[in-house]
Amino acid sequence: MTVRELAQKLGARAVCEPEPDRQVCGCYTGDLLSWVMGRAQADNVWVTIMTNINTVAVATLADVSCVVIAEGAELDEAAAKTAEAKGVNVYSSPLSSYSLCAAISDLI
Amino acid sequence: MADCVRLRYVIDGENFTSAGEASVKVKRSLRQMGFSPEVIRKVSVAMYEGEINMVIHARGGVATVDVYEDRIVIVLEDEGPGIPDIPLAMQAGYSTAPDNIRSLGFGAGMGLPNMKKYTDDMKIESVVGKGTTITMTVNV
Ligand SMILES: Nc1ncnc2c1ncn2[C@@H]1O[C@H](COP(=O)(O)OP(=O)(O)OP(=O)(O)O)[C@@H](O)[C@H]1O
Ligand SMILES: [Mg+2]
Repeated sequence: MTVRELAQKLGARAVCEPEPDRQVCGCYTGDLLSWVMGRAQADNVWVTIMTNINTVAVATLADVSCVVIAEGAELDEAAAKTAEAKGVNVYSSPLSSYSLCAAISDLI
Repeated sequence: MADCVRLRYVIDGENFTSAGEASVKVKRSLRQMGFSPEVIRKVSVAMYEGEINMVIHARGGVATVDVYEDRIVIVLEDEGPGIPDIPLAMQAGYSTAPDNIRSLGFGAGMGLPNMKKYTDDMKIESVVGKGTTITMTVNV
């Protein structure tokens, strides 16, 4: 499944979507960046409530297929610009991390 | 194995918004050079954690990445406060990160363990009050 298809099925809003056709494989959730760095696998969906610029660097380096921001949190403006430039897909959803992961588990 | 490509970055200790930038550049270079995703991932994780540590704990520093055909050697040098107890710092969960840094998502005390886990060799040299040099090797 592509990140765009997943986001549409989740009803998540695209904050930036530079690579909509990227394939999704698996999911990781967490807000402590070193855990995410050490455990998330390439092409995972990463569900988090962290919204600062460091989220974008971790998403790039861990090579996740997209970031889904839970609880309706907003990515700060600098982070959104950087995400677009670095080719990081970011979506936002009002759902909790738990609800998002449960929904993603049903979809992929 | 005399041929080596050297990448060098000065890591700004003040600028949180560009933290991780050098690691992202290294990742891009390694991809262009045709290294496998596994090797790139190892270097990315190890270098990012080391780079962030220099920004958070040591007011910045210098990162040098030497790329050989059979290995990649990352050297991170700073003139920060040094690490008084290296085995303690290496323990998963140990962190001295202040609250304002923790609120950004750092401070899990997993950076040094990640660096160890994702590299084939890691050496820490540190003198309190002088600084820290971390040398990590990823075999290709
Ligand atoms: N370059 C450095 N200079 C001085 N102290 C350091 C340096 N790198 C690490 N430390 C010390 O070692 C501790 C553990 O580092 P580690 O990277 O494992 O965790 P952290 O940076 O606190 O949190 P995390 O990496 O999970 O966000 C730090 O909290 C700090 O006290
Ligand atoms: Mg760290």
